[in-house]
Amino acid sequence: MTATALPTPAVAPAARARIDRDDLLMRIGICVLIAWLIVTMALPLWTLLSKSFQNQHGEFIGLANYIRYFSTPALFQSVWNSLYVAITSTVIVLPLAFVYAYALTRSCMPLKGLFQALALIPILAPSLLPAISLIYLFGNQGFLKDLLLGGSIYGAGGIIVSQVFYCFPVALMILVAALSTADARLYEAADALGASKTRVFFTVTLPGAKYGVISAGFVVFTLVITDFGIAKVIGGRFNVLATDIYKQVIGQQNFEMGAVVGMILLIPAVVAFAADRIIQRRQVALLSARAVPLLPKPDTRRDTALFVLCAVIGGLIFGILAMSAWASVIMRWPYNLSLTLKNYAFGDFDTNGWDAYWNSVLMAAWTAVIGTVIVFAGAWLLEKSRGFAVGRGVAQLLAMLPMAVPGLVLGLAYIFFFNAKWNPLGFLYATLAILVINSVTHFYTVSHLTATTALKQMDPEFEAVSASLKVSLWRTFARVSVPVCLPAILDITIYLFVNAMTTVSAVIFLYSTDTKLASVTIVNMDEAGFTAAAAAMAMTIVATSAAVKIGHVLLTHRLERTTQAWRRR
Amino acid sequence: MTGSGATAPYLRIERLTKLFGNFAALKDISLEIFPGEFVCFLGPSGCGKTTLLRAIAGLDIQTSGRIFQGGKEVSNLPSSQRDFGIVFQSYALFPNLTVSANVGYGLVSRGMARVEIETRVNDLLRLVGLPESGRKYPAQLSGGQQQRVALARALALSPGMLLLDEPLSALDARVRAHLRVEIRRLHQRLAITTIMVTHDQEEALTMADRIVVMNHGVIEQVGTPTEVYRRPASAFVADFVGTTNFLPAIVAGPGHVRFGAINLACDLDVQFGPGKDVTLAIRPEDVVVRNIAPSTPNTFTARVAEIEFLGSFCRVGLAVNGGDPALLADFSINAVRDLGIAEGKEMPIALPPDRLRVFPRQSSLP
Repeated sequence: MTATALPTPAVAPAARARIDRDDLLMRIGICVLIAWLIVTMALPLWTLLSKSFQNQHGEFIGLANYIRYFSTPALFQSVWNSLYVAITSTVIVLPLAFVYAYALTRSCMPLKGLFQALALIPILAPSLLPAISLIYLFGNQGFLKDLLLGGSIYGAGGIIVSQVFYCFPVALMILVAALSTADARLYEAADALGASKTRVFFTVTLPGAKYGVISAGFVVFTLVITDFGIAKVIGGRFNVLATDIYKQVIGQQNFEMGAVVGMILLIPAVVAFAADRIIQRRQVALLSARAVPLLPKPDTRRDTALFVLCAVIGGLIFGILAMSAWASVIMRWPYNLSLTLKNYAFGDFDTNGWDAYWNSVLMAAWTAVIGTVIVFAGAWLLEKSRGFAVGRGVAQLLAMLPMAVPGLVLGLAYIFFFNAKWNPLGFLYATLAILVINSVTHFYTVSHLTATTALKQMDPEFEAVSASLKVSLWRTFARVSVPVCLPAILDITIYLFVNAMTTVSAVIFLYSTDTKLASVTIVNMDEAGFTAAAAAMAMTIVATSAAVKIGHVLLTHRLERTTQAWRRR
Repeated sequence: MTGSGATAPYLRIERLTKLFGNFAALKDISLEIFPGEFVCFLGPSGCGKTTLLRAIAGLDIQTSGRIFQGGKEVSNLPSSQRDFGIVFQSYALFPNLTVSANVGYGLVSRGMARVEIETRVNDLLRLVGLPESGRKYPAQLSGGQQQRVALARALALSPGMLLLDEPLSALDARVRAHLRVEIRRLHQRLAITTIMVTHDQEEALTMADRIVVMNHGVIEQVGTPTEVYRRPASAFVADFVGTTNFLPAIVAGPGHVRFGAINLACDLDVQFGPGKDVTLAIRPEDVVVRNIAPSTPNTFTARVAEIEFLGSFCRVGLAVNGGDPALLADFSINAVRDLGIAEGKEMPIALPPDRLRVFPRQSSLP
């Protein structure tokens, strides 16, 4: 058989994959991504950590700050307060969101689309909005104050109710996703075996949605414990970790103690994040390719009961939003209820006036554009490059970390990092750019996961085919990856825009007088007693987010009809 | 077409090893493939056949060993610098591009003129029997049609070698059988060196000039379909390709083994000394039931334990040595009718010595 007389070596030579130009460029791209994530996240956090071990003169003092923190009951109490509101809110949100999600996915009740849209409204609003509404309803001059029987809305109760409103849509989305993936065959098998409906629920439905429930729990817990706006507006004298950081840094200019509280706030967030990751890893795909999708059958009693429940929950959500909307156009609560637009003349309440709003729009737009480019290109590099396992692993880890870092902590870390004398990037401090960078980083992980999921759904052999056809990866990126992932790319853009528009905690430390944002103005106006103007600004943000979101829906529809014609058969 | 000493191999694989962590997916594989040959890599999942194909394509570079293509060493080259066209089980057609754009994808980057590309694309589409589908999107085509488009795309740059990674596995049985013939015909027309990975023995037997049977990262046998089927080199090959009876036996002497109480003559390798445990292999269709004379070698009596009707023939379970059915035999409907074969019937059968294969006994065998 041997035709050519090549000498066969005793030991086969080790192969060393020669990398081509595309591979090399991709690796450089990954290194740039790593550098970006280190500069925008790892280094600031490192600066924050070292700051917590220093005194006001920048000298290393070991654990002294921490010892002082834990030996000051007034400070330490906040840890328990934070845990209390976070756990209580989670325990309340989960069952409500589960029933709502169940109704949306597993019943035949009417108006599902409306209920879904209604429940997602809070996402478009800054977290401050429900707190402001509650103050109008139950505050010192609230018209439902008597319902509290002499109690006060300021404090833990107000925080929890507001958090439930604010976190509901996030929990709902996770649970809807979990409940949507059901295999009808399991239900048919259970029916055939004569299992009762209750038994089917506990043996099929609940186990199937288990990981969704756990994940929703961790996400809500983290959201509550790291949120700043609600506790600020309605917390009264009930201190939580998030407001403590603000008080230490802005109120007392005690940056070192602020850093300590920041590090402490990081702990529950990181623990929740790590626990969620570990549990998610155990989850195996419940839905095999052969699964038969479950189509709910009508059941009048069940559907009516769920409809009533959804109507109540949806009504409350709408009521809270409507309260702020109404409050924003009222002359003088509660004495003069005639309608006016004077609360929208923001210049009368805050020196920045409408400029703050335009700053927000500009900042959100830049975040959306720059963030989408970085996130999608980054996810593509990590997903499609070959070899270079170490670099990809590091980048992947860095891309996942922002989720575990509360916005407030990241903002504080940015102060220390970009303000440091040694930092050549100091020129960014107090610019709009730093707000954009901060927002891109803060919302990086969710966007990254969206992009990764979309990229993973593409055939993994596209790049192999391109290589065999001698087409560069960049061409395939532009010609195939981007068009195929366009819906996901738009999702990322909108996610970044809406979050940048509504966030308070990520930016409260970083604005300057010229770059003040709408959400920050709400805090300031509320502090100054201009609650109606604060409500008006909150409504302006809601309107903007809603307009962008509706535009997104319409655009997606159009895209599906035109450029995405290939998706149809 | 098959390997002869006269032609130089087009593809030469030399001591290829691929490790994934501690797991060796390929163990010291050497192989030669000749110009214009159609070679199938056949084996169960996890046997390393796809790994070998991907190493040849440069998609997953081997840990050690060398690959020569067309006389040139390509061992360390990335895929983009090798010369091949590839078709995957998933088709991997770009969903947002039309069929024409998919087929012409590699031509555009070559800087060919539009008209030229159009002509070439139309030629290729005609070649795979889809002259009218250029403007459609992949999702509008059936699985079989999509795979033809993928084939056309792989051939667009006139590569020196065509690699097919389970190209028919995602299709249903009828389409598969049809496309099998078409790919074969296409190969004969273009005479392009082709390697196809498959786990389907029927596919390999019908399509290949030579079959490379693989298992656990090593090559068990390389041979023409007839060689592989008729003279399997190992018990694994005998078992994986086609159906085979395995009978435990002990070597009785030169050219003789003992199967229970029955003495059988067979073609015995010298490596098997007397008293050695061996496994006999014989295909069900090689069990003889007609024209048995007293002088016919390896004749003994068996009892019909069960009959399975399979349309054109019957598969009969035969009990020998008074035990459970130990031997499957395929008898034509004619034979069943003429000899009155029915459950419980005792009758003489013969195992022709030249049809018996002898392998060393391995505990893992069925």
